[in-house]
Amino acid sequence: MSRAATVTAFALAALAAVVLWSLSVGRFPVSPGEVWRALWSAVTGAESGLARNVESVILQVRAPRLVAALAVGAALAAAGAAYQNLFKNPLVSPDILGVSAGCALGAGLAILFALPIVAIQGLAFAGGIAAVALVVAVGTWVGRRDPILTLILAGVVVGSLFGAGIALVKYVADPYNQLPAITFWLLGSFGGALPADLAVALPVVALGLVPLVLLRWRIDLLALSEDEARSLGLDVTRLRFVVIACATLVTASAVAIAGVIGWVGLVIPHAARLLVGASFARVMPLSLVLGAAFMLAVDTLCRTVAATEIPPGVATAFVGTPVFIALLAATFRR
Amino acid sequence: MTLAARGLDFGFRDHVVGRALDCFLAAGEVVCLLGPNGSGKSTLMRTLLGLQPRLAGEVTLDGRDLGAWPAAERARRLAWVPQAADSHFDFSLREMVEMGRTAHRGVFASPAPRDREAAHAALERLGIAHLADRPIHGVSGGERQLALIARALATEAGYLVMDEPTANLDYGNQSRVLEEVARLRESGIGVLVSTHHPEHAFRLADRVLLLAAGSLVAQGPTLATLTSAALSRLYGRPIEVVPVRTAGGAEARVCLPAPPANPD
Repeated sequence: MSRAATVTAFALAALAAVVLWSLSVGRFPVSPGEVWRALWSAVTGAESGLARNVESVILQVRAPRLVAALAVGAALAAAGAAYQNLFKNPLVSPDILGVSAGCALGAGLAILFALPIVAIQGLAFAGGIAAVALVVAVGTWVGRRDPILTLILAGVVVGSLFGAGIALVKYVADPYNQLPAITFWLLGSFGGALPADLAVALPVVALGLVPLVLLRWRIDLLALSEDEARSLGLDVTRLRFVVIACATLVTASAVAIAGVIGWVGLVIPHAARLLVGASFARVMPLSLVLGAAFMLAVDTLCRTVAATEIPPGVATAFVGTPVFIALLAATFRR
Repeated sequence: MTLAARGLDFGFRDHVVGRALDCFLAAGEVVCLLGPNGSGKSTLMRTLLGLQPRLAGEVTLDGRDLGAWPAAERARRLAWVPQAADSHFDFSLREMVEMGRTAHRGVFASPAPRDREAAHAALERLGIAHLADRPIHGVSGGERQLALIARALATEAGYLVMDEPTANLDYGNQSRVLEEVARLRESGIGVLVSTHHPEHAFRLADRVLLLAAGSLVAQGPTLATLTSAALSRLYGRPIEVVPVRTAGGAEARVCLPAPPANPD
């Protein structure tokens, strides 16, 4: 208990450090002290005494992007942790289950028809729910003998089905404006996050995260067999619906904000579990913090290490694939 | 105050396992459920726990229909001890046992000090409190089974239903688990336990239920019911129940395969 509290405190400190670092580095370097003054004046309304361009780099350029990265990281990590408990399967995540692809197809369609952000989110959610439903259907129909592998394979298949849909959307998209927009958005990027879009997307992320946090002690029991959870007084069916709806909602919002960014939902809950044990009640809050910090650190590196920006979705894949292989080995070789 | 079934048909919609079954479990007694593989022990237990819908008849918990109890109230009265299964989530024993407190708190509530104390008391009662922070995969099979019993105790239920708690355990661990189950009786808990070992019934049970092909072929006090003839019929093999006296002078019974030429 106290160990989990200590770890979470450290994670929060790391998150604060990453935030200061991210706001100060870039093509226009700003000192952490200036960042602090700009943030303080933004919160209190007091005069910061900073040059106008310094303030605008921090608050207008970097801050929205930072907020988007934090929200997407927290959302994907939370969704990953929730799916893992829900399916009693440490190897799933929004992207591995094909949920991200389902969301991307829905969002891609909305972009194709130039719909507003609300519709992008709505269609992304619809696509995500369709993907989960398909994966669950295939998993229960096929997988008695090895449910863990079956679910992963079902996710791969469903993901590639929705991927084909995305390819079709790209094929019919206008090659001068829409196609590049969809392609760059799919690679995953926080550069395009507009404050107006975030104002719509963030409440939806919160709407999905709050139940997952509040219900964390109950969601813990979903890792047991269904009979065990029911005998302990849990309404398993209802809770599953809530978890699926919330995890898919936050995934859809993340995809709507920043495209498909894989692996965060797999790696972060696993890291949290290594730190505080298997209990979802402890893994969930820590995943939120670690996910936000990790995503922001990755994005900050992506926009600073090279002359051109590296898409963060590409960077997370470099981290995520070796971790996934290690997890596979840990699960099946023992 | 009992868990009771009357005229119970149980099984699945397309496959009836047992018909017109009557049985009960009272507070403060240990009842052993014996029967060959496929006789319907697990299905019967799941039905008595309300985990599987019954096909006909009634199951009552403390005089009220089992289905009429709200889930949380039922879980505070009737607990299940499953066989320890493999999970990919490596909870600590303490976390596992604290899950037994779910029905005692609100939907959004975190475990209160009261819940932690109850979980700790349950771990202590089964002599595994020193393992509380160990991961469930890091303890022996017997200790894992004891943790599941502790979780059931943490629910404060008056009735425990145990599905072969000694399966897959070595002789020492079987003995340890049986000892703890026998001790539950003293605190007024009613325990229904299924087993493949008649000797466990001799050691533990006040009464036995003998289940064959979905019907109770016999039930009653252990010594009177669990005879050589009844066991031979139940398992379709000649079995002889032999009374023995231990070095300490205690009476016990063992089961031996009898030669076919010398039935009963």
